[in-house]
Amino acid sequence: MAYDEKLIKKLEEKAKILRRDAIEMIRAGESGWVGGSFSQADIIAALVFHHMRHDPKNPHWEERDRLVVSKAHCCETVYAALAEAGYFSKKEYQLYGKLGALLQAHTERKVPGVEYSGGSLGQGLSFALGEALAARIGAPRDSSGRPVPRYRAFCIVGDGESDEGQVWEAVMAAAHYQVDNLIAIVDHNKFQSSGTVEERINIMPLAEKWRAFGWDTTEINGHDFNEILSALERADQVKGKPHAIIAHTTKCKGVPSFEHKNLHFCKLSDEMYAQAIEALK
Amino acid sequence: MKRSYVMESPGEAKAMYQAYHEAMLELVKKDGNIVLLYGDFPRGAAGEFMEKECPDRIYDVGIAEANLITTAAGLAAGGKLPFTHCHSIFAVGRAYNQIRQNVAFDKLNVKIVLCNSGMLWPFMGGSHQIIEEIAALRVIPNLVLISPADQVETRKATRAAAEFPGPVALRLANPPVPTIYTEQLPYELGKAVTVVDGEDATIIATGIMLADSLTATELLAKEGIKARLLDMHTLKPLDEAAVLKAAKETGALVTVEDSSIIGGLGGAVAEVIAENSPVPLRRVGIRDRFGQSGTVDDLKKEYGLTAQDIAQAVKEALKKK
Repeated sequence: MAYDEKLIKKLEEKAKILRRDAIEMIRAGESGWVGGSFSQADIIAALVFHHMRHDPKNPHWEERDRLVVSKAHCCETVYAALAEAGYFSKKEYQLYGKLGALLQAHTERKVPGVEYSGGSLGQGLSFALGEALAARIGAPRDSSGRPVPRYRAFCIVGDGESDEGQVWEAVMAAAHYQVDNLIAIVDHNKFQSSGTVEERINIMPLAEKWRAFGWDTTEINGHDFNEILSALERADQVKGKPHAIIAHTTKCKGVPSFEHKNLHFCKLSDEMYAQAIEALK
Repeated sequence: MKRSYVMESPGEAKAMYQAYHEAMLELVKKDGNIVLLYGDFPRGAAGEFMEKECPDRIYDVGIAEANLITTAAGLAAGGKLPFTHCHSIFAVGRAYNQIRQNVAFDKLNVKIVLCNSGMLWPFMGGSHQIIEEIAALRVIPNLVLISPADQVETRKATRAAAEFPGPVALRLANPPVPTIYTEQLPYELGKAVTVVDGEDATIIATGIMLADSLTATELLAKEGIKARLLDMHTLKPLDEAAVLKAAKETGALVTVEDSSIIGGLGGAVAEVIAENSPVPLRRVGIRDRFGQSGTVDDLKKEYGLTAQDIAQAVKEALKKK
């Protein structure tokens, strides 16, 4: 499905801003997570600047959609999206990772717009499941008797993070309770902290696992906005099952000289910083 | 010897989980925000009611304690008031990081019911008897840890936990415990109850061990020793003022718990008096050992938790005065 070119262009531009802002944060904080922050940037842009219902002027609006970024170390593009959307000032970037900063090295709920305080991997999907259940309790029912949830809960899960057993506990529970307002997007960038996902502990076949656990599962190119938006729309349409979108991504996507390298937690040299700024013009 | 709020002699024995559900049944009927979550655990009266009347407010996630606690945190973030139910050994032992990170870190309004808490879970053995929960939970910021002593206090503690706008862990021991209190018992989180007045020494007890501690004061009275008894029903935040007052006025302390004294109530009281008002202290509790199968009475004898053991500890503390 092809979406309006203007929309795609807008999202591409937003994703570029997120990556650029993330570079500024990582530069200011003298450390950060380029790889995973960049591989998820297009997905975050599609959610925050198009698909999700939310209101930066009213961060606690009860019916807002929730975004739980379970791999909460990839915080820079999350902070950038929220600042760009107007939740807080970009001046905060300069304090990133410093004592007393609003922007901590892993996302925290004290940041306007952040729904989840992460850092301990494998827990976000359970949290999003709880949020999704809360949206269903006492909700009106449709003609087939299913609750019409007050909001949707989106959760970005890492592929390396999927080593954690709790991910699969949540996957089972969400399918058992047919939580169809829960959408998990796996940022499948093929790397984890110390090597490739395949080398460390093989999680393949990934899509088949989610499908076997009872989720409505699609596989997409996580850097193609048409595919991202189409998969998100499908998740609204298919009822009675939670939704998994396995997004094939590239670690460090957006800066060609970084791509396919495992820049997980890193510092940016002057040269790398210059390369990134040039690539993200 | 002045006794307050206690019955003349121990009343009906009742399991704390049953008393908890009596209070919860009323609460779930009144508060549509309450959600009950289970980790493959008996429903109890409130759960049975919810299954019939409000099935969208009760969930069992199976034998998956990590998911149990974090899902509850998500429900709280979504504005609900979740209560989780599973064995304490697995809530604290398997979902410790979830309690810390997903619940306490953000002060999310989750109530963690620690079922079959402590050492005195008969028959089940060392794998199931949790000796470390007080030590493990009281170091977590923002978390309130409470430990009622009988059915009356359990119902009051349950209501107080529901009203408190933040995370609470509620210790419920397994065996039926005799009723100690009358309904006149005042219950305020963080405020110890003076059950027996006395000036020679103070017994500071928590949870299921309050009953034996009360018996110990009677044994001591027969020997002319007037022991004060404090019910430290809130382990975190600890009522430091009550501890220091007892240290100052009675000059000797004995702590009593069904948990490891290392970092437990004994550890907590030792910290307070060591910094402020050092007095002789004896700690009755589990002394760096795992549990084992046995009846409640046999376990108490084996681990030094009988009323006689408590009375003996008081006499030892008195000798050091």
